[in-house]
Amino acid sequence: MCLGVPGKVIEIQENPLGMTMGKVSFAGIVKEVCLAYVPDVQVGDYVIVHVGFAISKVDEQEAMEVFKYLQEMDELGELDIPQPD
Amino acid sequence: MTAPRDLLTSLQCPIPIRDYPTVLLAHGGGGSLTQMLIERMFVQAFDNPTLEMLHDAAVMDVNGARLAFSTDSFVISPLFFPGGDIGSLAVHGTVNDLAMAGARPLGLSSALILEEGLPMEDLWRIVQSMQAAAAEVGVPIITGDTKVVDKGKGDGAFINTTGIGLIPDGIRISPTRAQPGDVALINGPIADHGIAIMSVREGLEFETTIESDSAPLHDLVAALLGAVGDGVHVLRDPTRGGVASALNEIAQKARVGIRLDEKAIPIREQVRAACEILGFDPLYVANEGKCIAIVAASAAETALEVMRGHPLGRDAAIIGRVVEEHPGRVFLRSRIGGLRVVDMLSGEQLPRIC
Amino acid sequence: MKFVDEYRNETEAQKFVQAIHQVTTQPWTLMEICGGQTHTIIKFGIDRLLPEEITLVHGPGCPVCVTPLELIDKAIAIARRPEVIFTTFGDMMRVPGSEADLLSVKAQGGDVRMLYSPLDAVKLAQQNPDRQVVFFAVGFETTAPANAMAVWQAKQLGLDNFSILCSHVLVPPAMEAILSSPHNLVQGFLAAGHVCAVMGYWEYEPIAEKYRTPIAPTGFEPLDLLQGIYIVVKMLEEGRWGVENQYVRAVTREGNVSAQKLVKQVFQVCDRPWRGIGVIPKSGLCLKPEFADFDAAERFEVTGIVTQESSVCIAGEIMQGLKKPHQCPAFGAECTPEHPLGAPMVSTEGACAAYYQYGRVVT
Repeated sequence: MCLGVPGKVIEIQENPLGMTMGKVSFAGIVKEVCLAYVPDVQVGDYVIVHVGFAISKVDEQEAMEVFKYLQEMDELGELDIPQPD
Repeated sequence: MTAPRDLLTSLQCPIPIRDYPTVLLAHGGGGSLTQMLIERMFVQAFDNPTLEMLHDAAVMDVNGARLAFSTDSFVISPLFFPGGDIGSLAVHGTVNDLAMAGARPLGLSSALILEEGLPMEDLWRIVQSMQAAAAEVGVPIITGDTKVVDKGKGDGAFINTTGIGLIPDGIRISPTRAQPGDVALINGPIADHGIAIMSVREGLEFETTIESDSAPLHDLVAALLGAVGDGVHVLRDPTRGGVASALNEIAQKARVGIRLDEKAIPIREQVRAACEILGFDPLYVANEGKCIAIVAASAAETALEVMRGHPLGRDAAIIGRVVEEHPGRVFLRSRIGGLRVVDMLSGEQLPRIC
Repeated sequence: MKFVDEYRNETEAQKFVQAIHQVTTQPWTLMEICGGQTHTIIKFGIDRLLPEEITLVHGPGCPVCVTPLELIDKAIAIARRPEVIFTTFGDMMRVPGSEADLLSVKAQGGDVRMLYSPLDAVKLAQQNPDRQVVFFAVGFETTAPANAMAVWQAKQLGLDNFSILCSHVLVPPAMEAILSSPHNLVQGFLAAGHVCAVMGYWEYEPIAEKYRTPIAPTGFEPLDLLQGIYIVVKMLEEGRWGVENQYVRAVTREGNVSAQKLVKQVFQVCDRPWRGIGVIPKSGLCLKPEFADFDAAERFEVTGIVTQESSVCIAGEIMQGLKKPHQCPAFGAECTPEHPLGAPMVSTEGACAAYYQYGRVVT
């Protein structure tokens, strides 16, 4: 369920019916995407797109969390890593 | 009156009607259903050792000369796509099938099945494109045929091309020659063609600079054979069904295992992104200018150098190895180090949202 | 690709693998809810990197798998009508109905088209005023805002030739159904990240409390899944429960409020049958009365179609985590991706197809 792919907003246009549309680039693949559900989105932001709709903005700070988590585990000595073979 | 027993069995359809009372699109998709149709129906019915090899081209001895003989039909929508059209594709496809037997093309046929109403302008573009592609290869189109079907009974134009080519002495390319220790190479990034086609499919369009990789591979193959000769064991162009299906066929035919390394498989970033959006696995997406070469380990480095020295092989890479384990199956070591089976494709890949 | 490639890094992934091995001291059974997560697990071989004690069961989170047979039959009946352009996501094309699938309806001349977005169906209705355009609106909470927007747009545009065949399902009631079953084996959940991106995760908090179960809303990249598994296993090992959000870059507790708002305007909660599981109360979304004109089932009078499911197929038990695909007598024999008996064999991320394609044991 729910294939969602992160892409970068490169263009925002108002739709005549009040539904904000825009263009999102996925590493160079550009698709027309509905931005109505991410009202505060700016050009340059990353959004997660599902069936042509941005359903969420990617929080760039929080995106680093997983790596911080690993680092903290490392520092707490919870990771005793033999080299993977 | 009772029919003799062998006649009865031969009259029985080898593909259980219970399962497939009608032909499905997937029977032509290049995956496991296509394979089933070929092996259980055609090979059984036409029964001969040349066909049984199931090589891209049949190899025949004619008065001491070894000829490669191959045919391919092209049904593609749309007829014109980024990086090519049905005309150039029809020439490249058959030239490549011959090349996969190590042959230099001598001549091609062109059979056109046209749908009533096809704009004459389009037909002229297609024919010019065929001529340009053939001229580039240096192979003449020496015979042909034309049929027209009712409107609605063809997708604008279908093309069949058949070719014959000459195999140089000392070259013995065959899917059965893959053996443990051999190395698998590819001449460049995968899945360009299939993704270029998807980018212009109605309802699924997207903007991209990806173009079909459609190209004639005879020259690259000639260079490869010139450098490592009999060290080239198998050649295969991973068209419909992609790299995964081509490697599975080799693994099954040679009763060997193949082990791929996901990180080593070249793929353009845009193609990867398109696959993410469509929910495709690029290993199953079609290529029209790619060649998988299975070569002896001792020839691998030279083969890679030769490929990279050729304009159609600049991004060539070693993507895997032939192994003794898991005969008949292809495994892939994923980007994060996990292992998975790469099976034959079942039916055509459809875009998914889920 | 930014926000994709970083999360497929081998070194970091192996760190999590090690951490999971270290934290695990006893057997645990986890369910990843979403089919997309199942896909990643199998595609990257994550299942083969985990300690033997950890069993992953693939949950019911794939609309292809849970859309009832009856609805597929209704879709096929509508798609066969000459005045109809039947539009759908590619996923639903191969889902077997009682005696056909949409792909075969197309092969027989039906006007069945694959689309990327429900808005494309609205566009198609505008372009073809003399045809009836029907969109097969399947999906979970993630897809509901898109389908709601399509219906809402069609209403604004006054389109009388657009309708949807609706089969929306909701995750929390299904989780409760699994947890409250006397046969339940699942001890912890990876909740579906994109469902939570829309709905938030506050709904899961009472469930986690009531059943004393750890739940981690989790993303779809290998590092996400490994971290999600680590979080849940650690909670289990420490005897804790509750909701811990793994997918922080896309999911907040409240979720996407503007999306939820439109969904509530267009849809209402209803009881819904799940293929292979049965009716789960309040587990679906249906059009509200003021949008009833857009209900294809009413418009094309297919409400009378009633169908029974195959008795051999154990899809329901598989989706509830009671059995693994290879424990089904039909798996790989009568039931293959070319000839599926049940829906989990159809979608490449259906538990059975994923098993068949990537995990099939070498014999």
